[in-house]
Amino acid sequence: MANLEVKIHDLILKNPVMTASGTFGNGTEFDDFFDVNTLGGILLKGTTLHHREGNDYPRMAETPSGMLNAVGLQNKGIDYFCEHIYPKVKEYSTNVIVNVNGSTIEEYIELAARVNELNHIAAIELNISCPNVKQGGMAFGTSCPMAEQVTKAVRKVYHKTLIVKLSPNVTNIAEIAKGVEGQGANAVSLINTFLGMAVNAETRKPVLSTITGGLSGPAIKPIALRMVWQVAQAVKIPVIGMGGIASTSDALEFIIAGASAVQIGTANFIDPTLCVKIIEGINDYCERHKIKSISELIGSLQL
Amino acid sequence: MKKQVNDLLITDIRRLNHDNFLIELKSESPVGAIHPGQFVNVKAENTPSAFLRRPLSVHDINEDANTFSLLVKVVGEGTKKLSELKPGETLSVVYPLGNGFKMPSKGDRILLVGGGVGIAPMMHMARESVKNGAEVHILLGARSITDHILLDEFKQFGTIHITTDDGTLGTKGFVVNHAVLSANQSFDRIHCCGPEPMMKAVARKAREMNTECEVSLENMMACGFGVCLCCVTKTTEGNKCVCTEGPVFNINDLEWQI
Ligand SMILES: Cc1cc2nc3c(=O)[nH]c(=O)nc-3n(C[C@H](O)[C@H](O)[C@H](O)COP(=O)(O)OP(=O)(O)OC[C@H]3O[C@@H](n4cnc5c(N)ncnc54)[C@H](O)[C@@H]3O)c2cc1C
Ligand SMILES: Cc1cc2nc3c(=O)[nH]c(=O)nc-3n(C[C@H](O)[C@H](O)[C@H](O)COP(=O)(O)O)c2cc1C
Ligand code: FES
Repeated sequence: MANLEVKIHDLILKNPVMTASGTFGNGTEFDDFFDVNTLGGILLKGTTLHHREGNDYPRMAETPSGMLNAVGLQNKGIDYFCEHIYPKVKEYSTNVIVNVNGSTIEEYIELAARVNELNHIAAIELNISCPNVKQGGMAFGTSCPMAEQVTKAVRKVYHKTLIVKLSPNVTNIAEIAKGVEGQGANAVSLINTFLGMAVNAETRKPVLSTITGGLSGPAIKPIALRMVWQVAQAVKIPVIGMGGIASTSDALEFIIAGASAVQIGTANFIDPTLCVKIIEGINDYCERHKIKSISELIGSLQL
Repeated sequence: MKKQVNDLLITDIRRLNHDNFLIELKSESPVGAIHPGQFVNVKAENTPSAFLRRPLSVHDINEDANTFSLLVKVVGEGTKKLSELKPGETLSVVYPLGNGFKMPSKGDRILLVGGGVGIAPMMHMARESVKNGAEVHILLGARSITDHILLDEFKQFGTIHITTDDGTLGTKGFVVNHAVLSANQSFDRIHCCGPEPMMKAVARKAREMNTECEVSLENMMACGFGVCLCCVTKTTEGNKCVCTEGPVFNINDLEWQI
């Protein structure tokens, strides 16, 4: 067994495999399929201060090797989270991370302060990259000054590991990564979904109720990999890579390009046990290549 | 029954007419635990265009052989790939999913309404309802005589009533034009599955008849087990996932304009 342990600031992950927010529910939905505690960490569904109904149906369109979603952060709000979800997820022995969303800086601050009180939440992932909400969301992640401002504000009230989740819908993602690093982010995770669109030619109508939505899945992997590589070159803090990972090899490619850990998203829908297979696959790879510790592999791209 | 993902052996695959086929799978867990109205999520082959799994209702179960079957209509790439599978091959299945129908008690008189491939879950439902001692009526609607399938199989479990859009078999018109769906009939419950406009029309009739009515929705799904929140329908208690809190809903809980 190779040593698969990685560190993301104060977080110790027993292996580099986590799940992506919005694709893993609250973890409990996977209890039938495998022991969630075998994962390096889990990212819970995006949480907001207040209850959100999300967008109207249809919220999903299948596209070649991927899908568009326009869920719009449907969740019951932080009060409900503390009362009903936290008591369940705090029993997990793996790292449980809350994905935090706001439509104003004040909302991000209030939410982060609330999560700061929860002892068993290991970190927050600040989502400044949701393409499916009318206010806030991606607006924070596509402007460098705004990304810096929200990171700085949350840093003041949140005292554990702060991960900032970046949007790929920008011209220079490395610049934003550097910006949030400068304001106290302990890690960056990338990428969130690409803004995309689907049209039904028969009816001449958009497929999604919101017209546009976020593209995820294997279709985005090469771009995600390029962005992870660029960001890893630009910052000193750990990078968490995601975007279209659907196999062990995909996960290894992100790690070699510079990711300290990876998140699996859309691929969970197709194989709910994929994360476990990837953990085993990474271990096999390490043994085959005589790699004692996964940290040797991070950013080991041979140029 | 715990949800599971497994490569199941295909024991039979049989074409029924121009666009429908039956596929029978050997289950890993006892099929008796599958509830009528539940569905499975299958993956035939990894093609770029059929990227996600395909949700399909459990059509029927066979407890002796421990198999269950799916009734599939070919409508696109994914269902076409499924139709090309052969006995002896395996199919990746996530199952069982969803809630299922409310089951009748002994002596209940129920009506099952299926339109098009919406007849799929009704065989399992009819079989189990008869086991419970219910009197089962089955109303099946299709475009034309050649679209009607499995009539003899349905007859084993109750009285069947038939409509065709073109009048080539049974009553001419839609299922709601059939006399069995009228105020002088009395049922304890109506269970319906088919295209949404049809289910809405049946729901309207059920209201007129003052009869409890359940419908099985077929929203587009990405995961099928409650994590993506893509499959929601509006209910009196807000958005609910069709894959976990449905696919079967009581019409009184839906925000349908009927
Ligand atoms: C809970 C549930 C149970 C179902 N049970 C059955 C069943 O027992 N038998 C059966 O044949 N089909 C069933 N369906 C529908 C089936 O899942 C779709 O027909 C199938 O996914 C189409 O895949 P495809 O790749 O062949 O077609 P695609 O290429 O994906 O689509 C072809 C056409 O079918 C439409 N379509 C695709 N998915 C759906 C859907 N979920 N609902 C309505 N229209 C759709 C598309 O809009 C398109 O016009 C069920 C769906 C759900 C959600
Ligand atoms: C249905 C769905 C819901 C999502 N919800 C969230 C969310 O609430 N918060 C968030 O930060 N990202 C969300 N995402 C984005 C994913 O976490 C991930 O960044 C993206 O899907 C790319 O990874 P993938 O290709 O492996 O899915 C969602 C993605 C999908 C498909
Ligand atoms: S299909 Fe994913 S939640 Fe229902």
